[in-house]
Amino acid sequence: MTQAVLSRREFFRLTAAGFLGFFGVWAVLAASGLVQTLFLPSPLEVAGKFFELTQKPFVGYTLQQHLLSSFGRFAMGFGLAVVIGIPLGLLMGWFRWLDRIVTPLFDALRFVAPIAWVPFAALWFGTGIGGPVLIIFSGAFPPCVINAYRGARYVEVRYIEAAQTLGAGHWRIITEVLLPGSIPSIVAGLRVSAGLGWQSLIGAELIVASSGIGYLMVKGQSNLSTSTVMSGMIAIGIVGFAIDLLLRALEARIERRGG
Amino acid sequence: MREGSDRGIRIAVGAATLAALAALWTAATTLEQWIAPVYFPTPQEVGNALRQIVLQGYADGRLHEHFLQSCKLVLYGFAAAVSVGVPLGMLMGWSRRAEALVNPAFLLLRPIPPLAWIPLAIVWLGLGDAAKVLVIWFAAFVPAVINSYAGVRSIEPYLIEAARSLGATRGMMVREVLIPGALPLVFTGLRLSLQACWTTLIAGELIGAITGLGHLLYQAGLDLYPAMIVVGMVAVALAGGLMTALLAWAEKRSMPWRTS
Repeated sequence: MTQAVLSRREFFRLTAAGFLGFFGVWAVLAASGLVQTLFLPSPLEVAGKFFELTQKPFVGYTLQQHLLSSFGRFAMGFGLAVVIGIPLGLLMGWFRWLDRIVTPLFDALRFVAPIAWVPFAALWFGTGIGGPVLIIFSGAFPPCVINAYRGARYVEVRYIEAAQTLGAGHWRIITEVLLPGSIPSIVAGLRVSAGLGWQSLIGAELIVASSGIGYLMVKGQSNLSTSTVMSGMIAIGIVGFAIDLLLRALEARIERRGG
Repeated sequence: MREGSDRGIRIAVGAATLAALAALWTAATTLEQWIAPVYFPTPQEVGNALRQIVLQGYADGRLHEHFLQSCKLVLYGFAAAVSVGVPLGMLMGWSRRAEALVNPAFLLLRPIPPLAWIPLAIVWLGLGDAAKVLVIWFAAFVPAVINSYAGVRSIEPYLIEAARSLGATRGMMVREVLIPGALPLVFTGLRLSLQACWTTLIAGELIGAITGLGHLLYQAGLDLYPAMIVVGMVAVALAGGLMTALLAWAEKRSMPWRTS
């Protein structure tokens, strides 16, 4: 450790000072007239706007409805990534020929930023649900594959050999040895994957969508309503944080159980 | 055993796969037309599009102009984020007071993905380069801080105590113990944030830009020009890969004491 641990009291004092400082600087900047209110509304104004958006529809829907439609897209893209990515990763961890075939393709595609799929998403799916789902999928897919693959590769050989000695075939080894053995790695991958998927969703909605939280922000931006944009950011932050919290709880639970 | 993959086979199979894929692509688009040309281009069309953008230009610029513009913005934002984020993170790692003071702001800002800053950056700074550099800065800043912080915390206490008992001054401590000790994790953070930087930049350029790879993609999408979309995506991948390779080189150079 680098420095002595702070006393509880001092820690709370400094943390409170940090929170107050953050909102204080913001409020003072907004109130001082140094920055125009148009560009930087005060924290209270943003809170008011946030509340208003939950009550009154903006560009067709209330904030909750926008969030719900975002979350639906996210669930589809993320779900698809999990359902395809994890089995693929496990299979690649077991069958060497599959690993050799898929890895070069995967490496070639990995550097294409998920957002770069936007033009094709628009071309292939128009404004339908498929576009955002494709983009979320391309963000969330790689961590699912990589972590399932790594998890499968690091399963101890003696377990596999034991299973083989007992006459287990490919299918049983994958489902009963590799899958349970790689759960910690997979769950860690899910967290990364959900974060990237959520982020890609926002990008997709900023560009191609007619509802959702990203769309709300774009409309707020073109109306020069900074408080609407900031409300959107807060909502995105809260949902992203909640998703991460959920997966972290899952991770902790599995660690406790599996040891 | 599953271990012991020899490189030769791996490369051969990889090359064969890519060749098979290219053949399948040609067959699917040119010979059999399973996929309508509106949805995915033929190899020949991609070649033509590439020639067009390299020689004549497309979307207000030739390929190297778009490429350099995007690389420039990523470098600016990345450099700015590193030069602020790494010292701040190291300070937070070193001083528990600084950590307790700065952490709240981080807790509030961290869950907001960098892409979500784009609309705000456009309201603040318009559609020019400055808005994109700001967003890239956000994308790289958080990972830079967090990993520098974790890097300092990961230094074995006995190293710090040894330096102290040998009478190291504050400057020596920073130069000789903290920076070298934190570097491995700092670079991990930089690598993560570089990817985020590219994603963010492309999104920013798709939303509004005059040149740049994202703008190229946007224009190609608008013109329903699938061959140019493919060229744009390959260029994005190459730019990202190139910068990652550069960073890996810098990582090796700056930590000569690490083998492998």
